[in-house]
Formats: sequence, structure tokens, C-alpha cells
Amino acid sequence: MSVGERDPHTGHMTTGHEWGGIKELNTPVPKPVIWFLIGTFIFSLIYWVLMPAWPLGVTYTRGLLGLDQRDEVMVRVAEGQAARADWVKAIEEGSFDSIQDDEVLMDVVRGTGSSLFGDNCAVCHGLNGQGGPGFPSLAAGSWLWGGEPEDVWETIRVGINSDHPETRMSEMLAFGRDQILDRSTILDVVAYLQSLPGSDDPQTPLDPEAVARGEETFAMQCTACHGENGQGDPAMGAPDLTDDVWIYGGDRDSLYWSIYRGRKGHMPHWEERLSPVERKILTLYVLEIAKGRD
Amino acid sequence: MVAQLTRNERHIGLALAVFVSLLGLAMAAGGKQDLFGIHGLIVFAFGVGSAFLLISGFHLPEPSDERLTRYYDDPIKVGLILSMIWAVFGMFMGVWVAAQLAWPALNFDMAWTSFGRIRPVHTTGVIFGFGGNALIATSFHVMQRTSRARMPDQLSPWFVLIGYNLFCVLSVTGFPIGITQSKEYAEAEWYADLWLVVVWVTYLVLYLRTLARRQEPHIYVSNWYFLAFILVVAMLHIVNGLALPISLASAKSYTIYSGVQDAMVQWWYGHNTVAFFLTAGFLGMMYYYLPTRAGRPIYSYRLSIISFWGITFFYVWVGSHHLHYTALPHWVQTLGMTFSVMLLVPSWASAANALLTLNGAWHKVRTDATLRFMMVAAVFYGLSTFEGSFTAIRAVNSLSHYTDWTVAHVHAGALGWVALITFGSIYAAVPRLWKTGQMYSPRLVEVHFWLAVAGIFVYVFAMWNSGIIQGLMWRTYNENNALAYSFIESLVAMHPYYIARTFGGLLFLCGAVVGFYNLWKTIQLAPREQEVLRDQPAAVLARSSAVQPGE
Repeated sequence: MSVGERDPHTGHMTTGHEWGGIKELNTPVPKPVIWFLIGTFIFSLIYWVLMPAWPLGVTYTRGLLGLDQRDEVMVRVAEGQAARADWVKAIEEGSFDSIQDDEVLMDVVRGTGSSLFGDNCAVCHGLNGQGGPGFPSLAAGSWLWGGEPEDVWETIRVGINSDHPETRMSEMLAFGRDQILDRSTILDVVAYLQSLPGSDDPQTPLDPEAVARGEETFAMQCTACHGENGQGDPAMGAPDLTDDVWIYGGDRDSLYWSIYRGRKGHMPHWEERLSPVERKILTLYVLEIAKGRD
Repeated sequence: MVAQLTRNERHIGLALAVFVSLLGLAMAAGGKQDLFGIHGLIVFAFGVGSAFLLISGFHLPEPSDERLTRYYDDPIKVGLILSMIWAVFGMFMGVWVAAQLAWPALNFDMAWTSFGRIRPVHTTGVIFGFGGNALIATSFHVMQRTSRARMPDQLSPWFVLIGYNLFCVLSVTGFPIGITQSKEYAEAEWYADLWLVVVWVTYLVLYLRTLARRQEPHIYVSNWYFLAFILVVAMLHIVNGLALPISLASAKSYTIYSGVQDAMVQWWYGHNTVAFFLTAGFLGMMYYYLPTRAGRPIYSYRLSIISFWGITFFYVWVGSHHLHYTALPHWVQTLGMTFSVMLLVPSWASAANALLTLNGAWHKVRTDATLRFMMVAAVFYGLSTFEGSFTAIRAVNSLSHYTDWTVAHVHAGALGWVALITFGSIYAAVPRLWKTGQMYSPRLVEVHFWLAVAGIFVYVFAMWNSGIIQGLMWRTYNENNALAYSFIESLVAMHPYYIARTFGGLLFLCGAVVGFYNLWKTIQLAPREQEVLRDQPAAVLARSSAVQPGE
């Protein structure tokens, strides 16, 4: 019915339809389009024949290659485990000392430890173990619970104040909030702490009388955990107050609030999340980080 | 607006508005212990606002029958303005979300503004707010023009437009306060979903009624695509949205699907939202505005048929390519992958049909930024459909999936194809709708074009790089056959690209703001032009408007 006309530019006929000024050419579909289309069909047909493809009621066509993604992944996992078997076994069976003396195994520890550490520990302790406000630095060499391999291993295994039945437990009392010490007494203790070596805030001129009063209070209230000279006690997870490492900050305000509110840090336990080999690698890796500092 | 409605339509409209107000009131009262109540108040405000609008013009004289000799353009104009408002809002949210990935402190430590809550505000704002309003408005324009028929009534287009925007508002206000179904691109809760079904069915009926009144023997290609868009989106929305609310006075509902079936239905929906919302509808737009702007006939009717049926048939199968290497059975993945491959040629046929239509009009592409918007959109359409089929191949997907490569792909499609074709179409439609002859400033259209293209390039290249680096880092093994990198190290590697991406998005947002300003100034020009129309012979109009934009 509708009569086409010839488009002067392309030489093709129009279909003869018009919609509000739009016309259409009746150009045949270019040959490459057809071939390309057929090509994708053939690819799909071949793929269907080779791979699991079409549902048949309760089952499906398995494909000539007999591949299945679940089997494939199991094979790959097994291959990966086999490739790691040698060093996994060596680390599993070796003592900390023997592994530390074995440069080849320590290379494995450094290589795999960094990604294990990044995925599990870095969120709190920092990518390089440098720590952050409220999270201890592992690079500083100032260990809350001891720096022997067995100590670090145990801390990773049970965590600190975690829900592991054997967790390490430690809590500093809220001396201010619980009205054990009043404000001015706390400030005296702060002054005493700042007079110790390694204080963060050496510019503040310290009142010698306040330091003396603080020392007296310290001897009565704090030495039970932090030790007579404030050197800390790894058996109770009490930090050393004489070094320059401060988990919650060593300035006047931070010290005041630590004493006022108390502190109770938390570290999850990893016994259920990581295998013994992984925890062993992490233990050695963490010690390597600390060693890097010296 | 109300003056154009007949008495009868004003009555029905008022009844509807009162009904919606009461519904909102009931929601607010029943859900006062729940976030549901807040949405009740919003629904109430919409209902009361509409009622006041109707009452304010309730006693105006009936519109004369002379209106039936003209197309009904008022809802189209409002729809285009709303679309540009949503564009600026949605893209701003996008820039903010992107900036949070580079500088996490920008969530200002509030739950409301955290990444997980405002990302769906961004996606909903741009896809459904910007894209959806543009689709509704242009489809009203295109269906009337290509059918040479006026819409059958004045009320239903307003109901569709306002109702749809109520859905969008309920969506974006819900997500920050924690109302969500947690289904990507279908986050809105059950009551908003139900409301959208009512609106969407009205939309379908309106479209079919207009087509039934057409004065042309054939139905134009654009209408095939718009109809496919409306019909399939209804199907997707209903099937994926099936959920049981925990109470009729609560915003919370649970989907009826579980486990891998839920994942499959979700991605069947998710990918077909890309297919029928972001592709079919916008192809309808392209098939109308590109040839009219270029003044050229469509290159090939036969190619249109191949691409239309190819796209509608193949697309609905491919959703499972989002779930490669998951608990989804292997055979379902095979089908998703192969149908994605077969989809490539029909998609490219559309892009080719658009570009070949420009034969004989390439000189216009050089000088006319509006046409260039549409040309570049067709190029990006071809590019991202190739990328889509390519990354749907399982082996490629094992590298690309879960990385920023997907983000690059989505934005090549969403910015390069969807947004550019929309801006081109808006720049083509606005001067015709407001009878201004051209935009207020063709120069600013040019500025918008270059801001948009520059933004896309920065964005997409940054994300391609970031995605491939990420994918490679995750699969790299060291000499001990253990993973070489931790996840956090890949984050550190992505940081510079996240900054670049934010910058690219910012450029694109600036373009949209320029476009909005230009639209605003063009609208202000409109009445003045109508005075000219009354005062001068029509022949003078075209020339005079060309020299006056600076006024």
C-alpha cells in the first residue's frame, strides 16, 4: 500500500511509512551482521554440547567434557594444598627456634605472613603493625603479655578479654569514675608519670611537689600491677610506663582519662578462625615486625 | 495545569487525592511506632498537596474542545524538569558516595550518611528519578508524535507522573533512615512497590490507549521499545518484589524467595532492569530524537527488527551471568553466559543503525552538540554492550567480577549511554515543547557535552585500571603458592583511582548543573517567544529566535 521513495544520499528505498517526519530506509541487513550473528549461535551451540547447559526435568545435560564447577574447584584446592604441603609440614612440625634458624622457612613466613597479617590483624594493628590510638603497636617491641614466641602464640590463640574460655584477662580500674582517687590526686599521678623516662610531653614544666605526691599515690595504688618502678608486668598484661610506647596516648589529657575511666582492651581469639600453621606463621611474622625496628 | 482538566477529571482527581491523603493518614497512625509512620506522613503530604492544587483551579472554566486539536504537552514539560532535578540530586549523591570511598571520614560519622545507606539513594536517584522521569516524559512525547494522536485523557498522564515521583521520594527518603529490602535496584519496601504497580499499570493502559488512537497504519520502532520497557519492567518488578510484610503497620517485609533462588530472581530482575529500563526505553528515545534531529531516515528498518527481537528475546536469559562461580548450578551459568554472547550482535545492530542513520548528517554532528550527545551515546552503547557480553564469559568474569571493572562497565553504560542519550533528547525536545526554536544557550550545551565526555573518560579509565589491578592482586600467588596480597593492600592500591573517579564524577555533575541552568533559562524565554508569535508573521520567528538568546 505505502509507496517507498529513493533516498538521494544512500540510494536506498524507504519503506514508505512516515511518523511525524521520520522515515525509514529498507536497507537490507548487512551481510557481516548475519555472519557474526550465526557465529555467536555456533559458539553457543558448541558450548552447550561441551558444558552442562540445559535443564531436563530434575537433571540437566552434563556436556561432553563432563565438567562441573564444584569438582573443578575441589581439584584446584587440592592442587594448591599439595603445592604448599612441604613447607606447611615443616612449619607444623618445627619448633619456633628451629624455624627462626631456617632462612628458607623464614622466607615463607615473611611472604605468607604479610597477607595473613593484612587480612586478619591489620584492621586494628595497622598494615605494618604500627598500631593506632587504642591498638598496640607490634613494631615497638613493648609487649603487654611477653615477647617470647610462646607468649605471642598464646595471645593469638586465646585473645585478650575475649570470649575464649582460657582468654587472657586484664583490666585497669576506673580510679576516677569509681571514686578511688579524686581529681587532684589523679593529676599528681599524671605528673609523676610524665617525670618518668620516655614521657610524651617533656615540655610541660612539672611541679616537683606534685611529682612527689604522685609518686606516693603510685606506690600505693599502681605498683601492684605496673610494678614498683612502673616497668609493667607481662604476667598480668600491665604495660610498661617507663618506655615511650603509649597505647592510649602519653600526653597529659590521655593519661588523665586512662586513670579516670580505666582501660580494658579487647583482642579476639583466633583459635577457631585460623589453623595452627597459620597462627604459627603469624606469631613468627609478628616477631619479625618487632625485630625490623631494631 | 488544572485548567486543562475537564470537570469530570477534576472530580476524579480530587477523589484520588483525598483517597491518597486518607491512606497516608492511616499509614501514619498505624505505623506511629515504626518508620512506616514517617512514610505515611509523606504520602499524606502528597495527597493533600495534590488536593490543594486541584481545588485551587476547581472552578476554572472547562477547557475548550480546541485542545483536542493539539498534543497534550504539559505533563511532558513537568516530567523533563523533574528529570533534570533528579539528575542533579542523584549525581550529587554519586559524587558524595565516590568521595566517601576515597575519604571515608566524609560520612561524618552518622549512620544516615554511611556508604551503605546513601549508595542506594544515588542509584535510585539517577536510575529511577532521572532516567525514569525522562523515559516517562519522552515516551509521552514520542507516542503522541509518532501516532499523530493526542493522549486519550488529561488525568492519567498526571497520575502516572506524580505517582511515579511519589514512589521515588518514598525510596530515597527511606534508605537513609533504614527502610530497605536490601535487594539491589529494588530496595524500596512492599508498600512503595505496590503503589508502583498501580502507577505502572496505569502507564501501560495509557500507552496502549494512545497507540490504539493512532492515525498511522504502522507502529513506529520507538513505540516497540517503549512498550517492551513498560511491559517487562512491570513483570520484573512484580515477580522480584513478591514479599510478605511482617505487619500491615510496619515498613519491614521479607521476600518470598530464599537462598540461591532469591539470588537468581534478584539478578534476573537486576540485569533486566539494565535491559528494559536502561536499554529498551532509551533505545526508544534514541530512535525518535536522533533521526528527527539529524533530519535523516532510519538507516534500516530490517536491522531495527533484528535488534529489537534479538534484544527482547536474549536479554531475559542473561541475569545468571551475575552469579558465575557461585552456588548457582553450573548449567544456569552456562545459559546466562551463552545468551550474553548471542546478545552482542543485536545490541551492536542498534548502535550501528543509529550511527549509520547519521550518514548524510555528519556535518551536523560537528556543529550541533545536541546531535553529538546522541552520537556519542550510540558509541558508548556499542562499547558497553561489547564489554557486557565479554565480561559475561566465565573466564573473563573470574577476573572482573567483584572488582571496579564492573563499576567501570556500569558507568560506561549509565553515563556514556543512558545519560548522554537523555541529555541529547532533552536538548532536542525542550525547544520544541516550549516553542523557543533552540536552547537558551547552544554554547552551554557544548560546555555540558565536553564536561560530560571528559567526566566519563576520567571515571571509566580510573575504574578500569582500578578493577584490573584489584582483580589481579586478588589472584596473584607468591612463590610459596600462597596468596601474595592481603585485601587491605588492594585497597591501598585503589586509593588514587578512587580520587580520580570522584573527580570524573564531579565533572559529570557540573555538566548536569550547566544543563539544568540552560533548561531553566530556556523556559523563561518561552512566554516571550509566544508574544512574538502573536505579534509577528510566523516566518520571521525562526530567524528572530536565533539572534535573541542573550536577552
